[in-house]
Amino acid sequence: MLDVGRHPNIELMTYSQIEELNGQVGDFKVKVRSKARYVNEDLCTACGTCSNYCPVPIEDAYDEGLRTTKAMHIYYQQAIPATYYVDEKACLFLTRRECKQCERVCQAKAIDFNQKDRIVELDVGAIILAVGYDVFDPAQITEYRYQEIPNVVTAMEFERLLSASGPTGGKLYRPSDLAAQAKTKAREEETQGFTVAKRLAFVQCVGSRDFRFYPFCSGYCCMHSIKEAIVAHEHEPETTSTIFGMDIRAVGKGFEEYKIRGGNRSNITYVRGRIAEITEGPNNNPVVTYEDTKERMIKKEDFDLVILASACVPTKGIVELAEILGIQLDPYNFVKTDPLSPVDTTRPGVFVCGCAESPMDIPESVVQASSAAERAAEITLQPLLEKGKAVA
Amino acid sequence: MFVCHCGSNIAGYLDVAALGEYAQTLPHVTFVQRNLYSCSESGINEIKKGIQEHGLNRVVVASCTPRTHEPLFRTSCAEAGLNPYLFEMVNIRDQCSWVHMGEQEDATTKAKDLIRMGVAKAALLEPQEPIISQVETRALVMGGGITGITSALALAHRGYEVVLVEKEESLGGMLNRLYRLGPTMTDASAFIHEKIRAVTEHPRITTFTRAKVKHAEGFIGKYKVDLETESGLKKIDIGVILVATGGRNYTPEGLFGYDGVRVITQLDMERLLKEGLDPSIRSVVIIQCVGSRNEERPYCSRVCCQTAVKNAILVKDQTPDANVFVLFRDMQMYGVENEEMFRASKAKGIRYVHYDPARPPEVEADRVKVYHDLLGHHMDLPADLVVLSTPLIAHEDAQVTAQLMKIPIDESGFFLEGHVKLKPLDFATNGVFLCGSARFPANIREAVAQGLGAASRASIPLSKGSVVVEPIISVLTNEDACRGCGLCVALCPYGALEVRETEKGRKVHVIDVACKGCGVCASTCYQHALSINSFTDQQIEAQIEAFLE
Repeated sequence: MLDVGRHPNIELMTYSQIEELNGQVGDFKVKVRSKARYVNEDLCTACGTCSNYCPVPIEDAYDEGLRTTKAMHIYYQQAIPATYYVDEKACLFLTRRECKQCERVCQAKAIDFNQKDRIVELDVGAIILAVGYDVFDPAQITEYRYQEIPNVVTAMEFERLLSASGPTGGKLYRPSDLAAQAKTKAREEETQGFTVAKRLAFVQCVGSRDFRFYPFCSGYCCMHSIKEAIVAHEHEPETTSTIFGMDIRAVGKGFEEYKIRGGNRSNITYVRGRIAEITEGPNNNPVVTYEDTKERMIKKEDFDLVILASACVPTKGIVELAEILGIQLDPYNFVKTDPLSPVDTTRPGVFVCGCAESPMDIPESVVQASSAAERAAEITLQPLLEKGKAVA
Repeated sequence: MFVCHCGSNIAGYLDVAALGEYAQTLPHVTFVQRNLYSCSESGINEIKKGIQEHGLNRVVVASCTPRTHEPLFRTSCAEAGLNPYLFEMVNIRDQCSWVHMGEQEDATTKAKDLIRMGVAKAALLEPQEPIISQVETRALVMGGGITGITSALALAHRGYEVVLVEKEESLGGMLNRLYRLGPTMTDASAFIHEKIRAVTEHPRITTFTRAKVKHAEGFIGKYKVDLETESGLKKIDIGVILVATGGRNYTPEGLFGYDGVRVITQLDMERLLKEGLDPSIRSVVIIQCVGSRNEERPYCSRVCCQTAVKNAILVKDQTPDANVFVLFRDMQMYGVENEEMFRASKAKGIRYVHYDPARPPEVEADRVKVYHDLLGHHMDLPADLVVLSTPLIAHEDAQVTAQLMKIPIDESGFFLEGHVKLKPLDFATNGVFLCGSARFPANIREAVAQGLGAASRASIPLSKGSVVVEPIISVLTNEDACRGCGLCVALCPYGALEVRETEKGRKVHVIDVACKGCGVCASTCYQHALSINSFTDQQIEAQIEAFLE
């Protein structure tokens, strides 16, 4: 990311979106709306003082809403560009013409409430879509009672709970305790009476391989759950994890070996079966009802924490974007490609890579990014080549 | 000496004024300034002004972290006329103020230590010049399967000369032996023939079949490669090398009664389907994970489940009333297309039976007996044909290629990329790239994507025409001390060292373009003959001494 931020050949336009596309391969005209951040990118040094003084707390999207940030914020500390921005809907000045506390404390004089959206016209030869994906909202699966039972979390929330930079500093405190703490307005450091989650259940195929929602396989979640279970065990060696799945799809390089190692060294048990229901038992423990398909028995088991491996689903706004770009989508709204030309969309000169094309893991995404760069270079560098030829 | 407040990120936790005063007292320090933000435009201008007005010959900035800001400060020094390698950065934010937020006094003392050490080292810094080496704009692609062909065509389209080397007598690789490509059921022969034609007709691609690389030496941009071809030895200058040598199908000798006739592999099955399946075959049993996911070969070969499902569908297409059973452990139908094909196969009546590897299926004369792990009873499946899904494995000569190119291979015999997540198509050694089933089993979509991707990676040095390397590299500073023992050569992860015969005997030679300055060689050399620029023994010792003062 850092390299992208300072590469002389890359002009980075964040907080921006495409509004119109004209022209054709090799000669596109793109209209981009660059949204107002209300902070001058050239002057902001990302010191964070403005955010400290901002009086409006909002949900911290990066931390999956597990803690709050401010209306004047940065997505996360290492974000590129290192420029703060204002949540327009929450900012007191933008909504009620009050406050401007940030402007007074900013020593770099970077706050600029007069900033307007900019419309930028770009001439480009090729376009690469790397717009990513969304995570399925498991609240749609009512029998899993996500959001009803505090100790049922998504894999992304769990990732933040495990992270040293996350809301619990990497301690696997349970959301039921954190919620109680918030209610009594206890200080954030007070963790007395907290229980650390040590018996974990991972539920696979949440929203995927499910005819009610998305029939496809979301690809990376089996490995993600195994990794999370291994990391949790590294944090706390008494941790035991049970991964409930239909097939454990460990198909990448070294993945099967990783899966086996997780079983042998990190107390992971793999159970073949799909969770039928999650209820809440004593001590805020989620209780999981499932069929163990190998033993052909219906079982019930309680855990400290249940983690839902939510599916990778097409990103919000992709339909509108596809319309603007004039490209086709597949029946699920992933960008349509052909296996024999894996990064070409249906419109010449427009390429796609990563999970916008279909669910995939990091190495596959990196490979596709290079592939898309190759296809784009074949177009954008063609004029140079022709010129070279003419001279020769 | 510039001390940065970083707004309140440093100044909020350390006594920055005290740091400034302290720096003033250190030997060699002639100028000290504190900045609100050293990295801001005004901060940078202060640094430049300091260099020009005070004739500074070393600059130290105590601030955030070199990870993000060292390049900026170096460039600024250069713009003010100071060699950028006469700059030293001291990390008093990430490694000091941020980790000792509640301990102003101790943290300030630590920052003083760090500054004293930085200044001690800075005094000994030497100017360096970047290393520039020309790049031969010709690529060598090893392997003429779909992956190598894809890479070769991409590079040729971009205007580069490509030498494509295939050891078999014709191009096409594995695709020559496949019938249809899933999930679109594309005709493999038609597809690969079209690609081969494009390669053959392309003026910038020179193809050698029945040829192999006999010898290779050099480094990124300048390889000398000897090819053994039908028309004799060819010596070619090469800039970059792409390894696309593919894999081969495991032959399950002695497993499940494999005989190549009634008990066959999926690769045999491709041939039968191509010829048209004998209509008297009414029942087909397919067994997954034959020779993989076991102790000898623990990896999952990724593509066999999709191949099995595809071929099961093709059986049903040719003989609609045939019974087709797939005996599996986990159906690895990852992603959108595979899972769709899997679902479609069930709709066609293909049946899936889960087996436990502890109770493997038994192949008999006309049937397969299997314990259905989920139903909990034995099944007796009639079988006119038994198809074993065997893994893709590494070529026998992968080891030879690895030694020739100085690239590593993993426990399974596949080539080991630079980073399994972030550099799947690069090797640790610059100038050599990896794609296709030589890296790990890949289906057609993945092979094409990797072929294009590796071409993109390889085109970067080709399009620049030269490589520029940071001069923080290993240098043979004491040639007399070097005994040519070769320990450093064996330990270098980047193939950047070699022992050469010189007038003074065997001496190590640093290939500067290949060196990444990791320091393994210098720290293991018994004779202290090697040294790393900007991290010399003297500089590091000076830092340690300053710390102990």
